[in-house]
Amino acid sequence: MATVELRFSAQPEHVRTARLVAAAVARRAGVDEAVLDEVRLAVGEACSRAVGLHRSHGITAPVSVVLTEEEKAFSIEVGDAVPEPGSAPATPGARGGSDEPETEGDGEDEMGLAVISGLVDDVEVRSGADGGTIRMSWPTALAAVRS
Amino acid sequence: MDLSLSTRNVSGPGGDRTVVEVGGEIDVYTAPKLREQLVELVNDGSYHLVVDMEGVDFLDSTGLGVLVGGLKRVRAHEGSLRLVCNQERILKIFRITGLTKVFPIHTTVDEAVAATD
Repeated sequence: MATVELRFSAQPEHVRTARLVAAAVARRAGVDEAVLDEVRLAVGEACSRAVGLHRSHGITAPVSVVLTEEEKAFSIEVGDAVPEPGSAPATPGARGGSDEPETEGDGEDEMGLAVISGLVDDVEVRSGADGGTIRMSWPTALAAVRS
Repeated sequence: MDLSLSTRNVSGPGGDRTVVEVGGEIDVYTAPKLREQLVELVNDGSYHLVVDMEGVDFLDSTGLGVLVGGLKRVRAHEGSLRLVCNQERILKIFRITGLTKVFPIHTTVDEAVAATD
């Protein structure tokens, strides 16, 4: 079961809230202080990406952030509601669609993922018919001492 | 903490430079304000920019995108965009994205203003 679960409407101003909550819960879970900056940045990147996807696809569903304290690790799962291309329902301009307007923001999505994969050793990106998730995890201090 | 922005003009050996002092958090919410500021400066003819990031507490890829966009704009006018940053947690983001090769990063505003290469 999630330690803390957060759902927020896909507005950029709420991403900061998600960062603050994630960092606070990670600290309590025993994630090393030196790593908290990385947690904050990675969850911010994942949430910014999800907000961008929701907004560009006109999705009104909230973005979800699930923070889970496990025995030796702390995990964060950021979920969006944008279906994988090719999966039903086929909406115009679905993820990866070619009819999206070109903006200066193009490529920020990829840059966000690049930052996440550069920061987090344990990361998994999935997409399915009901949306995508980015799952990241960090060892907790207790696990680091034991290993 | 919100984003704070202030600009000032400084004369350097290579000519006038516009120093943009940025403070607070640059993220998906605040980055558009920085983008507007950079676009406005370039539209007003300031093509040599020094972005002082010493007061920045947080920077994400949206902020990086805005800085890259700013660089693209000044380069279209044969200008320059230099960064001032000594904070390890901010520098790390430039390193993992390979952008340390794209932006000249200086330790002080004076050094950035004096640079002419």
